[in-house]
Amino acid sequence: MQLWLIPILPLAGFAINGLFGRRFSKSLVNVFAIGSVLLSFAWVVKTLAGLGDISGTHLEHYFTWIQSGALNIGCDFAIDRLTAVMLLVVTGVGSLIHIYAIGYMAHEGGYYRFFAYLNLFMFFMLVLVLGASYLVLFVGWEGVGLCSYLLIGFYFDKQFATNAGNKAFIVNRIGDFGFSLAMFLIFVNFKSLDFATVFQAAPGMSEATLTTIGLLLLVGACGKSAQLPLYVWLPDAMAGPTPVSALIHAATMVTAGVYMTARSWVIYTHAPVAMNVIAIMGVVTAFFAATIGLAQNDIKKVFAYSTVSQLGYMFIGVGSGAFGAGIFHVVTHAFFKALLFLGAGSVIHALAGEQDMRNMGGLRSKIPITFWTMMCAAVAISGVPPFSGFFSKDAILAAAYEKTPWIYWLGVFTAGLTAFYIFRAMFLTFFGNYRGKAHPHESPPVMWIPLAILALLSLGGGFIPVPEFLREVFHAPPEGPANYTLMGISVAAGLIGIFLAWLMYCFKPSMAESFAERVGIFYKLVYNKYFVDEIYGVAIVRPIVEGSRVLLWKVVDVSGIDGLANGIATWCRGVGGVLRRIQSGNIRSYATWVLFGSVMLIVAMGLAEGLAR
Amino acid sequence: MPLNQVPLSWFLILSAALFAIGVAGFLFRRNIITVFMSIELMLNAVNLSFIAFSYQNKQVNGHLLAFFVMVVAAAEAAVGLAIILTVFKNRATLNIDEMDSMKD
Repeated sequence: MQLWLIPILPLAGFAINGLFGRRFSKSLVNVFAIGSVLLSFAWVVKTLAGLGDISGTHLEHYFTWIQSGALNIGCDFAIDRLTAVMLLVVTGVGSLIHIYAIGYMAHEGGYYRFFAYLNLFMFFMLVLVLGASYLVLFVGWEGVGLCSYLLIGFYFDKQFATNAGNKAFIVNRIGDFGFSLAMFLIFVNFKSLDFATVFQAAPGMSEATLTTIGLLLLVGACGKSAQLPLYVWLPDAMAGPTPVSALIHAATMVTAGVYMTARSWVIYTHAPVAMNVIAIMGVVTAFFAATIGLAQNDIKKVFAYSTVSQLGYMFIGVGSGAFGAGIFHVVTHAFFKALLFLGAGSVIHALAGEQDMRNMGGLRSKIPITFWTMMCAAVAISGVPPFSGFFSKDAILAAAYEKTPWIYWLGVFTAGLTAFYIFRAMFLTFFGNYRGKAHPHESPPVMWIPLAILALLSLGGGFIPVPEFLREVFHAPPEGPANYTLMGISVAAGLIGIFLAWLMYCFKPSMAESFAERVGIFYKLVYNKYFVDEIYGVAIVRPIVEGSRVLLWKVVDVSGIDGLANGIATWCRGVGGVLRRIQSGNIRSYATWVLFGSVMLIVAMGLAEGLAR
Repeated sequence: MPLNQVPLSWFLILSAALFAIGVAGFLFRRNIITVFMSIELMLNAVNLSFIAFSYQNKQVNGHLLAFFVMVVAAAEAAVGLAIILTVFKNRATLNIDEMDSMKD
């Protein structure tokens, strides 16, 4: 089936643009960058068409990568229904975002570099999805982290961008540490890292082992998918160009953690404690991030916190045993969140770089296509039926209700918050009077055509029967009858959120401020993101930095290690200072020394002779 | 008194005395030529004791060593005098205490 062609094509695009792109014209860079991704998408479609209904797993072995004792790692790719869904999302949404980026990046420097990184990201993401063992998955996992770092810091001449890149990379290291430990533990217990072998043997393992592995994998997922307590890097990651935020930090890379936990469903179904931890972490993150999103003024920050919150929903699904629903939300979220980010990019593009919603307003008539497409995404994410977000969110919440009702209720409340902050952003941006100074202009077709396609997908994506399609992969029981009461409650929560947003930001704009004043402390807390960055700064970053500076640098390094080296050197110099007096240059003093030495030698020999006798 | 009746100790005392004079001359004289001559004196003092022992013990080793010393002394004289000549040409002095430029 030549699965290797899927990731190799973007890699070729990266190599060509990365090596020679500097000399290429922009249109030639486009040919390689967009062409490779489109070809990759076409190859995915062709492969899937060739496989028909894809029952079971199709594995391709290319070569033995590592062979050492019991460790035998092959470079294997495999495709099953889960991989198929992810492949379509990654290459499909990825292609649209690549096309959009032609327009968005048209006036930016480093054009070829941007597309080279973006293609490299596609390569690693496809390796991650296709890998048939934890280690191959991990290669992709680390690779997308690298590309994320490179693209967050794309504007490397800006201090905040490089800082954000570092932050993302370092926070992800914590997660990857957990992932590595999980892999070690898997290898020790299963003697293999291949998915097939591990999942075959997993049901026979002790629950304690599986729970430990599950929790450690969760630490990895937590870092990559920006969950509490490691979510802090994602809002800062918005320093990168907007297509990057859409592709990496909304649609694909951040869902890798969800994919990985869903892929490890056999381990989790036999480790109920780990499942509960996932669900609780998911709902707490969803709620926590949604509250922060209520008070942000940067349009991209709102969507960033929204992403963290929606990822929380996906983990609620996975943690409630509804793996199919979790992946369903990955798919629909890829559509509407990519659309929201690309729309935000279009707004920013129209306003020549303005990101603060307080300087927007009334853009509805000025950039109508952007407005209407973003509206599609907004209704989808708010869970308004019959649009995509409604179906996936409802599937997750229904599963949560069956397992733990309080998670359901908190999830419903969060759904209301979601609708509120998304429509707050919409109203602030597109309604009322224009408050800025720039002259808005609609984006070129190369930007709004991807928006339009994503809008159609956001509206109709809910009718793609993803959970049904994935039922076989997760051995899930057939779905019970729909619970219309639960559905009604979550829809009502979304509609109330939209209504309140309309009331406070459109109908009577002064209400928002008076309300914010009324709940002063809470507003301040939320506006400052619960001071999490500050708390981490005081509790973790400062101790490490100061500990390194004072203890490790000033004490251990300067007075310990340097002291030892310098001490030896000083001592040698002192001894040398004494000894160099012998070397006076005066021949007669040399002669005296020679004489003295000879006499001493003779005396010593005489003494030795005497003693021996 | 024939040579074979002269006791060994006499030769050794003479040798030691010559050597001591050589050492004293080497240490206390400042003229480089004199120092050079003192070295020759010491070498020959040692030669004397070699020959004396060799004669006493009826062995040829001492003679051999004496010849070696003489060869070395001849070579040393040739090189040494050449050096002294060059030093004098350059510095116009033969005072050994002024020749300390290798100090630093």
